[in-house]
Amino acid sequence: MRNKLKLLIAQFTLLLLVALTGAGLVSAETIHEEKSKYRDITVTQVGDRRCLLFNVHRGDRNQTCMLVNDRDNLVFDYTRMSFAGLLLNGDPQNILVIGLGGGSIPMAFSDLYPQAKIDVIEVDEAVVRVAKEFFYFEETDNMTAIVDDGRPFIKRAGLRGIKYDYIVLDAFSGDYIPEHMLTREFLEEVKKIMTDDSVLVANTFSTSRLYDHESVTYQRAFNEFFNFKLPSSGNRIIITQLDPLPPRGELVTEARRLAESLGKYGVPLLDYTRRLSTTVDWDMSRRELTDQYSPGNLLQAQ
Amino acid sequence: MKQPLASVIPNFVIAPMAFISGACVMTIEMLGARILSPYFGGSLSVWGSIITIFMLALSVGYLIGGRLSSRSPNPVTYACFFIGAAVFSLPVILLADAIMEPIFLTIIDPRYGSLVASVLLFFIPTAILGMISPYSVRLMVSSEEDSGRMAGLLFFVSTVGSALGTLGTSFYFVLWWEVNEILWGATASLILAAGIILVTNYLVNGPNLKRTQRHEKQA
Repeated sequence: MRNKLKLLIAQFTLLLLVALTGAGLVSAETIHEEKSKYRDITVTQVGDRRCLLFNVHRGDRNQTCMLVNDRDNLVFDYTRMSFAGLLLNGDPQNILVIGLGGGSIPMAFSDLYPQAKIDVIEVDEAVVRVAKEFFYFEETDNMTAIVDDGRPFIKRAGLRGIKYDYIVLDAFSGDYIPEHMLTREFLEEVKKIMTDDSVLVANTFSTSRLYDHESVTYQRAFNEFFNFKLPSSGNRIIITQLDPLPPRGELVTEARRLAESLGKYGVPLLDYTRRLSTTVDWDMSRRELTDQYSPGNLLQAQ
Repeated sequence: MKQPLASVIPNFVIAPMAFISGACVMTIEMLGARILSPYFGGSLSVWGSIITIFMLALSVGYLIGGRLSSRSPNPVTYACFFIGAAVFSLPVILLADAIMEPIFLTIIDPRYGSLVASVLLFFIPTAILGMISPYSVRLMVSSEEDSGRMAGLLFFVSTVGSALGTLGTSFYFVLWWEVNEILWGATASLILAAGIILVTNYLVNGPNLKRTQRHEKQA
């Protein structure tokens, strides 16, 4: 009788455990919520997939995810795509990332190039805190997170003669890239912190009218760029440098050299070489974005 | 000497002028963030600087405009506020970079940088625009009994102007025109307002300002 009761309790406990785990696997559990100066920050977890969401009530899609048991794995296409710039500069020594998010891009860089100096600029100190607390982001001797707006940071760096050889523009405000970081003048300031070996990687969206305006602006500033899109992703990555773009053959050679080291992050560099396009697929008659004319958010809505 | 309460130009002329000044204040304020962001970023503190300086400038303007209105209020002085605001808005259009660059270089903290830049760019034109409200009230009031009603009407009109200036600038103008084109538009409407006031004054009171004051004494 007593044994039977024990068995029953054990069975019940097991059932309860299964039910609880099951529930945890099915619905995302919010593990952190806070209102920062700029946005609502939410951290959710489904199984071992942990995600950072901004302004979740408005349905914004900018977010980042990490597999807590496989942290090297880059979950999103756009994060992986940000490494395609390595095809143009496979050995960066001074890396600048504008926009921290969950920190997956700078962390992968830090892992890949432990000797490289990495500066990460994030306007929202709460995002830095959340990245450290929930996404294993750590500053090291070589990697620093700086709370600042990307534009003045780059302007000042230019005036001080500081150069970066791998620049990732990944700043997103509520709706889109902050309007003052979409303009021709901003890109001219970015060019001032680039050398002949530097590569610029900008994460943008490929939908909406803004696509044309952005493309025209980048084209005017850099003459040409690789337009990098994947069918599986709504993001468009712009990859460019000060010099004319290298021929495809060089990209393939570079991809072969780097493929192995990038394998563990799930970055299929060799596939990417086929996706880098220089074909104009935007309306070239659209107006260039300048500090005088930059209604980014209004164009994004159209 | 106690001033007689008298209207020197018709209220239906003054009210739209207050509307224009209200709209211009908010148009310039909305564009302020755009003007400062290349140097100081788009952070919350930049908005904080702009709003702080606009509020302070308006409050000083109200004080000065109220004082000026107690000394022989006349349409010519009233028109001068509009011309003054237009003239002192010109540095925002023509010298913004020249003013912000040294500030950017000397003040590292974007909070104080944007605060100083806001003072230099926006304080004077906004303060002058602030003088228009109390002066308008004085010009519209013809008796003590209706002073509250006139003040209410004036605040209503100028605040609706501010609301529409905000909406128009942030929803449409930035999509249609460049920042400086919008600012030229605001400047032009201030000059136009001054022109309307002076012409109305001429038509109502004749060419001589002193006759305006005599007209007041007779009233």
